[in-house]
Amino acid sequence: MYAARRLAQAIPVFFATTFLIYTMVFALPGDPILALAGDKPVPEQVLEVMREHYHLNDPLLVQYGRYMLGVFHGDLGETFTGQPVSELLQDRWAVTAQLALTAWVFELVVGIGLGVLAGLRRGGIADTLVLAGTTFVIAVPVFVVGYTAQIVLGLNLGLFPTAGTEEGWPGSYLLPGMVLGSFGLAYVARLTRTSLVENLRADYVRTATAKGLSRRRVVGLHALRNSLIPVVTYLGVDFGNLMAGAVVTEGIFNLPGIGQQVFQSIQLQEGPVVVGVVTLLVMIFILANLAVDLLYGVLDPRIRRARA
Amino acid sequence: MLARDAWLELRGRVVFWFSTAVLLVALAMAAFPGLFTRIGPNENCDLRLSKHGPASGAPFGYDLQGCDYWSQVVHGARASIVVGVSVTIFALLISIVLGTIAGYYGGVADAIISRITDVFFGIPFVLGATVVLVAFPDHGIWAMTLVLVLLGWTTMTRLMRGQVIAVKEMDFVAAARMLGSGDRRLMFRHILPNAIAPVIVVAMLNVGNVIAGEATLDYLGVGLQYPDVSWGLQLNIAQTFFAGHPHLLVFPALFLTATVLSFLMLGDVVRDALDPRLR
Repeated sequence: MYAARRLAQAIPVFFATTFLIYTMVFALPGDPILALAGDKPVPEQVLEVMREHYHLNDPLLVQYGRYMLGVFHGDLGETFTGQPVSELLQDRWAVTAQLALTAWVFELVVGIGLGVLAGLRRGGIADTLVLAGTTFVIAVPVFVVGYTAQIVLGLNLGLFPTAGTEEGWPGSYLLPGMVLGSFGLAYVARLTRTSLVENLRADYVRTATAKGLSRRRVVGLHALRNSLIPVVTYLGVDFGNLMAGAVVTEGIFNLPGIGQQVFQSIQLQEGPVVVGVVTLLVMIFILANLAVDLLYGVLDPRIRRARA
Repeated sequence: MLARDAWLELRGRVVFWFSTAVLLVALAMAAFPGLFTRIGPNENCDLRLSKHGPASGAPFGYDLQGCDYWSQVVHGARASIVVGVSVTIFALLISIVLGTIAGYYGGVADAIISRITDVFFGIPFVLGATVVLVAFPDHGIWAMTLVLVLLGWTTMTRLMRGQVIAVKEMDFVAAARMLGSGDRRLMFRHILPNAIAPVIVVAMLNVGNVIAGEATLDYLGVGLQYPDVSWGLQLNIAQTFFAGHPHLLVFPALFLTATVLSFLMLGDVVRDALDPRLR
């Protein structure tokens, strides 16, 4: 019941968001057909035929409807030079997915680890260090982190390759992944800490301790499991953010992913590529949100009952 | 009462005074750059000095055009502060209005506002902003503000709505209603003052995030353009040359980080002060 309602909400949101993006991109000034011709003068009849061929004369809503129909059949349209967008993106998706996944795992493991370390001893040295460090990481813009890491860890110390994907996974993806995940890692660590601190003070933890359970069992089995609920939410939502945030990281480390492609396409005004990528990203984002909400209901029965 | 307690708590925190001091300096730089440097933006540049490092008379060295880097960095403060503060104020106003209406009335109004919020929440920030900004190539600082407001009002609206829903169930609201208060009076005199504190905290954190976002767009080359001066633009130029000329990256990055960090730390300590549970 809860799941069905949640799904019913997600569908209109998906169409509205993608339509908004579609409108935004194709409202770009400049005639793509004229741009295609370059400096040469083109007869009006040819322009008309071309516009008709690409359905540019239809109302926007019809164009959008036709486009979405294609998307659900795996067809993302073609660029104005005739190359299918899905072909253009095929290899690039793999790069971005590997990058986002590396960053995500990094966030998950290191973030939760640091959060637990800080939360267990509130006010201790580890806690102070984690709090100060994460605030700092959140404040430094990603591209500054990226360049600094590239020069210091990659070039000067030679610990990682500095650019490209020659070494494949994981070698080439470790440093970019850490840079991309640094922001989320700081959030995960702080979220885990706050949540654990609150839960450690809860009555059920005192009861568990009073029953004589070992500290390890109280923390690991009782407190931590409940504390991780908001963290799971964040991690789910953040996967979509990571895919989108890859634009900057892929630029710095010269990884041939979709972020790099979409950025080039925006500047060349290749609308079909931009809409294709952003539509797929929105799909991933909404699916991740949906998955998290459903998982949330499983993890915390109170939510399922309250909303149903 | 809460405000007084919070102030007493804040007064004793070093972090509070430190971040306030940094922000005052940054605000002064944005409002009166003349206090810090006599050279105007993009003035007195000498191409022969291009990319020279720090020297006597030029503590930060020179930029790509051979302009004194210290004064360029000082003039860069205005773009960041103006965009960060104005985006947050506009977004805050939107979220107060929409969040209060959605939370207070519920039903259809809530459903419509919440779905619209979901739609805008789903647009990836950097990509969405890039698409719009590329469409309008001659944008200045206000166009950027508009775009960032458009993409940045959702989080605060959701929070505001949740707060209003929580507060409107409380006894004092029921009491006020029984004394005959109308909807508007209930919303603005009774519910809003008691619901807004966490939203203000998020707004403070938001200023920092918006400043970082603006710098990211400048850095990607779709934000402000020369002859505007901003930290993001300086970092954009620095990316090409910084292996050999690190001062180009270090100084604007330092100022940018200090400003963003101060907004985040200020938001953090204010939240701690307002939330007695953590004490």
